[in-house]
Amino acid sequence: MAIELKMPALSPTMEEGTLAKWLVKEGDTVSAGDVLAEIETDKATMEFESIDEGTVGSILVAEGSENVKVGTVIAVLLAEGEDASAAPATAPAAAPEAEPAPAETPVAEAAKPEAKERPADPEIPAGTNMVKLTVREALRDGMAEEMRRDPRVFVMGEEVAEYQGAYKVTQGLLDEFGPKRVIDTPITEYGFAGIGTGAAMGGLRPIVEFMTFNFAMQAIDHIINSAAKTNYMSGGQMRCPVVFRGPNGAASRVGAQHSQNYGPWYASVPGLIVIAPYDAQDAKGLMKAAIRSDDPVVFLENELIYGQSFEVAQLDDHVLPIGKARIMREGSDVTIVAYSIAVGIALEAAEELAGQGIDAEVIDLRTLRPLDKEAVLTSLAKTNRVVIAEEGWPTCSIASEIVAICMEEGFDHLDAPVLRVCNEDVPLPYAANLEKLALIDRARVVAACKKVCYAD
Amino acid sequence: MAKASTSKSGGSKTPAQLTKTSTSAAGENSFTLKSLQEELEQQKRFKASKEQLQHFYEQMLLIRRFEEKAGQLYGLGLIGGFCHLYIGQEAVAIGLQSALNSDVDSVITGYRDHGHMLAYGIDPNVIMAELTGRAAGISKGKGGSMHMFSTEHKFYGGHGIVGAQVSLGGGLAMAHQYNEDGGLCLAYFGDGAANQGQVYETMNMAALWKLPIVFVVENNQYAMGTAVKRSSAETEFYRRGAAFRIPGMKVNGMDVLEVRQAAEIAFKHVRDGNGPVLMECETYRYRGHSMSDPAKYRTREEVQDQREKNDPIERVKKDLAEAGVSEDALKDIDKAIRTTVSEAADFAETSPEPEAHELYTDVLVEEY
Repeated sequence: MAIELKMPALSPTMEEGTLAKWLVKEGDTVSAGDVLAEIETDKATMEFESIDEGTVGSILVAEGSENVKVGTVIAVLLAEGEDASAAPATAPAAAPEAEPAPAETPVAEAAKPEAKERPADPEIPAGTNMVKLTVREALRDGMAEEMRRDPRVFVMGEEVAEYQGAYKVTQGLLDEFGPKRVIDTPITEYGFAGIGTGAAMGGLRPIVEFMTFNFAMQAIDHIINSAAKTNYMSGGQMRCPVVFRGPNGAASRVGAQHSQNYGPWYASVPGLIVIAPYDAQDAKGLMKAAIRSDDPVVFLENELIYGQSFEVAQLDDHVLPIGKARIMREGSDVTIVAYSIAVGIALEAAEELAGQGIDAEVIDLRTLRPLDKEAVLTSLAKTNRVVIAEEGWPTCSIASEIVAICMEEGFDHLDAPVLRVCNEDVPLPYAANLEKLALIDRARVVAACKKVCYAD
Repeated sequence: MAKASTSKSGGSKTPAQLTKTSTSAAGENSFTLKSLQEELEQQKRFKASKEQLQHFYEQMLLIRRFEEKAGQLYGLGLIGGFCHLYIGQEAVAIGLQSALNSDVDSVITGYRDHGHMLAYGIDPNVIMAELTGRAAGISKGKGGSMHMFSTEHKFYGGHGIVGAQVSLGGGLAMAHQYNEDGGLCLAYFGDGAANQGQVYETMNMAALWKLPIVFVVENNQYAMGTAVKRSSAETEFYRRGAAFRIPGMKVNGMDVLEVRQAAEIAFKHVRDGNGPVLMECETYRYRGHSMSDPAKYRTREEVQDQREKNDPIERVKKDLAEAGVSEDALKDIDKAIRTTVSEAADFAETSPEPEAHELYTDVLVEEY
């Protein structure tokens, strides 16, 4: 059977090309791999090889022809025993009818999954014993409970085992669970983030500790390209239930390379869950939820609040919902949206504002992705004013995202522009006075709230 | 170890002698850097039965014809984006994967992954349909050529970031060890990926923790357009595990029987709990790096020379002839494979694209 040779697409963007030169003539015998012609694409001159063997029947597009559309029949190859007359009379050089473009399916709004009401925190029964725990202990307890519950859960990272954790978050885990499940790694973030991710693909439930998230920059490829995207790219076949955790944000006097908030970075990636709790109760309950999730989770802690103590309900299995913000303080005049360490600053600011007659509501986002828009918009509808407090840079921040949400979906409720209170837009300096100037503080949050209340 | 105890009992040795003895005890005696290669040298080719040989031939030919067809479909604009063909390298995937215990072992590779999937006997229709971006594709059309997976077969992709699959493979090996399932992970990467840092981070941990993993460098001589000697200070990739005490093997990747024999040796070593092996398969890619490769970095003669003198399929054909399989029988196989491939192409061309709502599915597993 005669084979039609068509103008090939030789790059992802090629639509037409120049048939620069024929290297065979009619009647030549060719075998697989022989170069038939040279074709100039939008990028380079490429050799067009024969895939089949046979005799060149007729050449339909002369060399030197420009703008030959991809798919145009340029020659006919005859199989053994055929002669040219057997070749189908092919209209020379006619580009094939452009296939009717499939009716452009507009991304049907209906197809878009609707945001749904998220479950509230499970109730803490009256009379439950409350204990004071540091955030550090709460995180550890959350991990330990899940490790007792599920043998697939293990912890790996630098100094997590024998050293008991660089920030003592994994203290005691080695003693209880042994070296198989509490694994010291070499200082090799890219490698062990990949190993943790691969172990999750293989069915385990790894908790990968980064000594701080600054070092996760060496591993971010696995967090984003390997962990976050695989479920989608595999059409839902391949799960990656891994938790990447560690301290995030500015610590104290450690300079620019060790002081950065990666919340907005990870929160911009579809396929990831990003959690950044403030108090001990949330740290524990959300850690448990993160470990149980079938999705990859980035769990951002904060070194400066590890040692702070909070009331935690003494319950066997208190798992908190991912994607649900928490109203930390109810108020009616202005909403302060915050997460992680900035929640504490927002609460202090609200106290100060109360003394000045301004009743601020404080929302702890707790999860940065998926973001609890409803909580923000509901509060906005009540207070009509929003300030975001974020310990991080202002540009392309979570604060920016909240501003966009308020503009797009809460505009009619706004009585004042939404304001961002973030760190200064500079690398974090070392000098004590400069560092203080660079970081958000209560005074700046108070000032912004007064401004949107037109009280300054 | 024997030498070390001798030196202890000797008592009167000079410090220099002691150092020398203990180095040698901890070093060469317990270090099997070359032992696997030596074992391979003793018998280079796997003794395949006629049926096995014929099966290898069929599988390799299926990859060859499938890839040729994929190249054609790309030329017709039915396959988009990047498309990396495996033509010339068929013996590597078939030689290695035929030796796996498919109940437990896992495989992971880079973006040149069509051949590794076909080696599992996965339906060519769903692979080709993935290449054309159709709903029936193995990743529902959402992955494409570089991102295909079959967890059913323990094939974990299909990864587009050069070298990433090596550390992910380390994790799969860790899961085998953790679950004590007796399985191993076969992690393929190219001579290009062999210069990525994470490959060595993974080798270090794999050796440190004795993970059941076989690192396979498919050395096809070119990282995109950069020849091995222009990119690599050490071009003998099998030696690169030495710093981690990982034994190396250099294998003719154009001979399926040699690859299979090497696989037998390496897999046994790993299954016996000795930790990783680094195997370099020397092979050759006939086609460009991807479909848009102008191939100006090598001569046409070089490619022709490999095709004519070193082709892995022609080699098996010869073995089959020696085993008494007739030319006609081979022609029948060839014909059947052409039919399979052309059916796969028809299927891939005619099956529908994914529905619009699939845009939003599989981003997350759970609802929050």
